[in-house]
Amino acid sequence: MAKIIVVTSGKGGVGKTTSSAAISTGLALAGHKTVVIDFDVGLRNLDLIMGCERRVVYDFVNVINKEASLKQALIKDKRTSNLFILPASQTRDKDALTIEGVQAVLDELKESFDFIICDSPAGIEQGAQMALYFADEAIVVTNPEVSSVRDSDRILGILQSKSMRAEQGKAVKEHLLLTRYNPARVATAEMLSVADVEEILAIPLLGVIPESESVLKASNQGQPVILDEEANAGQAYTDAVKRLLGETVEHRFLDAEKKGFFKRLLGGK
Amino acid sequence: MGIFDLLKKKQKPSTAAVAKERLQIIVAHERRKRTEPDYLPMMQQEIIQVIRKYVAIADDQVSVQLDNNDDCSVLELNVTLPE
Repeated sequence: MAKIIVVTSGKGGVGKTTSSAAISTGLALAGHKTVVIDFDVGLRNLDLIMGCERRVVYDFVNVINKEASLKQALIKDKRTSNLFILPASQTRDKDALTIEGVQAVLDELKESFDFIICDSPAGIEQGAQMALYFADEAIVVTNPEVSSVRDSDRILGILQSKSMRAEQGKAVKEHLLLTRYNPARVATAEMLSVADVEEILAIPLLGVIPESESVLKASNQGQPVILDEEANAGQAYTDAVKRLLGETVEHRFLDAEKKGFFKRLLGGK
Repeated sequence: MGIFDLLKKKQKPSTAAVAKERLQIIVAHERRKRTEPDYLPMMQQEIIQVIRKYVAIADDQVSVQLDNNDDCSVLELNVTLPE
């Protein structure tokens, strides 16, 4: 049975698309047939992060409107087998996504995929509500910063009241993914710690992704950061995917790395 | 209490601690609002209308709050009367 997971946050710019790209790639690498859907109608960007922007022919809205088949619209990832991308439409019609239309596409995808990752747009408008409505699980991407934490709590409220599972009296399984974490600033008490955010939001922690230069480098190249095995952000995403699959993995990169004398001398990072 | 404790006390709380405290307050407030029944705003308006029959008060001088404890709910009504 396919699992539908929404990657959401409320606030924009916290790393939803980066996380969707990384986690879907990680699930596919682990051998699970995965599709990642861009729900950000009008502001398509997942294709760029996944490096398939020049291969988009048909999109999500074309499939909903039956102008194209799913097979025509799905883009097979070139690097990772088992991975497919369904790009968002660039239409300005923000009501292009309908409950019935989205449901029909998800039902068809469920037949052949293990995981369906829904990359939510920012905000709490229709696009975001559509992305989370059918979710079995939710990954709430949060930065250790006041507005992001507050918006995450808001989106949790929506998951608990307006999702299909909530309407059926069931719960959506919630996961906290803390991104852009800077352990050095946490150490000097300039940034909320993992424990602080966990205490406020009170949902289980899926992973902590350290603030890292590798994330921008990865997006520059259209390559999900999880493929950068050298980078701590890539490794942190790999750990998070393992946890999502039920493994117990200890959290890493929570403490500031102490620069050694030689490292400082050589200017290493 | 040693002299060092006195010095410590003068220090401002860290910005992260300030952030946490502000968040805890606003999040608790917003959660309470989320879980309150739909009829509450309407009821608040009607209560204000009734009080206005007798005393001139502004909208923000009445606060209605519903607190859920384990086995009972408490409806708290606060009216600030003008001098």
